Amino acid sequence: MRTKSFEKHYYLMLLPGLVWIFIFKIVPMFGLAMAFENFNPGKGIFGSRWVGLDNFVYLFQLNDSKTIFFNTLFIALLKIVGNLVIPLLVALMINELRLHFFKRGVQTVVYLPHFLSWVILAGVILDVFAFHGPINSIRSYFGQAPIIFFARADLFVPLVVSSDVWREFGFKAVIYLAALTGISPELYEAAAIDGANRFQRIAYVTIPGISTTIILLVVLSLGDVLNANFDQIFNLYNPLVYSTGDIIDTWVYRAGLLQMQYGLATAVGLLKSVIGFAMISLSYYLAGKFANYNIF
Amino acid sequence: MIKDNSFGSALFDIFLVIMLAALALLCILPLWYTLCLSFSDKSSAAAGMVGLWPVNFTTISYQSILGDANFFHSFGISVERVVLGTICELVATVLMAYPLSKSVRHFPARNFWMWFLVFAMLFSGGLIPWYQTMKSIGMINNIWGLVLGNSLPVFNVILVMNYFRNLPKEIEEAALIDGAGPWQLLFQIYIPLAKPVLATVALFSVVYHWNEFFNGLVLTTRQADYPLQTYIQQMLVVINTSVVNNPDQIKMLNDLSNQTLNAAKIFIAMIPILLIYPFLQRYFISGITLGSVKE
Repeated sequence: MRTKSFEKHYYLMLLPGLVWIFIFKIVPMFGLAMAFENFNPGKGIFGSRWVGLDNFVYLFQLNDSKTIFFNTLFIALLKIVGNLVIPLLVALMINELRLHFFKRGVQTVVYLPHFLSWVILAGVILDVFAFHGPINSIRSYFGQAPIIFFARADLFVPLVVSSDVWREFGFKAVIYLAALTGISPELYEAAAIDGANRFQRIAYVTIPGISTTIILLVVLSLGDVLNANFDQIFNLYNPLVYSTGDIIDTWVYRAGLLQMQYGLATAVGLLKSVIGFAMISLSYYLAGKFANYNIF
Repeated sequence: MIKDNSFGSALFDIFLVIMLAALALLCILPLWYTLCLSFSDKSSAAAGMVGLWPVNFTTISYQSILGDANFFHSFGISVERVVLGTICELVATVLMAYPLSKSVRHFPARNFWMWFLVFAMLFSGGLIPWYQTMKSIGMINNIWGLVLGNSLPVFNVILVMNYFRNLPKEIEEAALIDGAGPWQLLFQIYIPLAKPVLATVALFSVVYHWNEFFNGLVLTTRQADYPLQTYIQQMLVVINTSVVNNPDQIKMLNDLSNQTLNAAKIFIAMIPILLIYPFLQRYFISGITLGSVKE
C-alpha cells in the first residue's frame, strides 16, 4: 500500500517534539545520579564522588524528612477529599437550579479563580486575611481579637486546603455537570411517574447516573497523594508555619537551590518521583479497569 | 424537567438560590476587594477602612505603575514568552499527534513512542537535576529557557491525537485516493477539522505561560528580567520573606508594604486572563471532555 512510504514522514513529524522532550525531560532524568553522589557543581555529574546510598541514609535520620512527608501527605489528602466532595455538591445544586439566567450566571463566575495563578491568588488571599484586612474587620465586629493568620502554624493547613478548594471547586464541578447532561431525561420522567419526589430523583437517578464519573475521579486522584501543590504553598508560607506547612517540594527547593545540598535534595526528589510514578500508574490502571478510561 | 410544586420543593429552590449566590459571591468578592484596594488611598487601606467600595477614590497607584519601567519590562517578557511558547507548543503538538493517531498497521512504531511519551509525562527527574541541565545548556537568563523549559506538555499531544482518531476515516481515504501525501493530509484535512481542540490546546498554553512564575524565578538571575508573575511573586515575598522569625515581623512588613500599589499590580496581571475568559469558558470545558477515548 502507498501509505507504507509515509513512515519516514511520520518520523520527521515526531522529530521536533521528541527532541524537545528528550532535552528537557529525559536528559534531567540522568541527573538523578546526583542522588547517589556528593555532587559538586564544579566537578559535574561524572567527576563528583560516588557515595552510594549515603544521601538516603542521612535523609532517613533527618527530622525534617518525617515532617515534610507527613505534611505533604496530610495536605494532599485533605485537598483530594475536599476537591471531590465540594464540587460534587455544587454540581448537584447547579443541576437542580430552575432559573436559567441565574444558572448561567453562577456557572460563569465560579470557575474564574481556577484560571488565575497562585501568585495572583496568594496576593489576593494575603490582602483578605491581612491584619487590617476584611476578615479581621468582621472578627472585630463580633468582638473577636484580630489574628495574624499566616503566622499561625495551626491555621495554615485549614487556610491552604480551603483556599485550594475555593480555587478549584467551580472548575471541578464542570466535570460532574458534563456527566450530568448525559443522563437521559426519560429516566427522570419515569421516576416521576412512579411517584418519586425531587429528592428521591436526586438519590435514585442523578447520583447513580454519574457514579462512573465519581469512581473515575476518585481513582485518578490517587496520583495526587504526594502533590500538595508547590505553587500555592510556596506563595503563602513563611518560616513560622514550616512545622505544618513545609512540603517535599518546598523543602527540595530550599535545600537544593538555596542551601546547595544537591545530593540530598535530589535524593528526596527521586523518592517523590518514584512514589508519584507508581501511584499515577496504579490510578491509570484502576481507571481503565473500573471506569473504562484509557488515555490512549 | 418535571415540575414538583410541593412546599418542600419550593423551599429547596430558595435554599439553592441562596447557597449558589453565596458561592458565586465567594469567588468574586476577594478579587473585587483587591480592585477596591487599588483605587483607594494608601492611608485608608493601611487603616483597614476599605470594604467593598474604594475609600477616597484615587488612581495614584495606576499612575505610578505607568512610570514604572520595570513593571512594563516584565510585562513585555511575559507577553513574549506567551507568544513564543504557544507557537512552539502548538506546532510540536500537532506534528506529534498526527503520526501517533495512526494505527499500528500504518505506523508500526506507534505504540513504542506512545509508551515513551507516557513515561516522559509521568516520571520526572525532579527539580535539582532539571535545574542543573538547564544551567549546563545555557538556559539561564535566556527567554528560550522560559519558553521550552517545562518540556512539551504530553497531555496536550494525547488530547489532539484522540481528537484526530475520532474524525471520520472516510475523509482521509477519499483524500488518499486523490493522491494526497501525509503533509497534505495533516495540513489540509486534519488541522482544519481539528480547530476546536487546537483552540483548547492554544489556550492551555497561553494560560500556562502567563501564569507560570517558578521557572522565571530560578532561571533568571537579574531581577529586572523577571517575567510578570515572578515580579509580583517577589513583591509578595516582602511579606513572606524567609528572614521572618516572629509574628510581629510579619505584621510590620505587612504594614510597610505598599498595599494599594501592589493591589493595582495584581489586578493588571489579571487583566489578560479576564480578557480571554469568554474563550476559556468555551474551550476549556470542551477540553475536559475531549480528554478520554470514546469507544
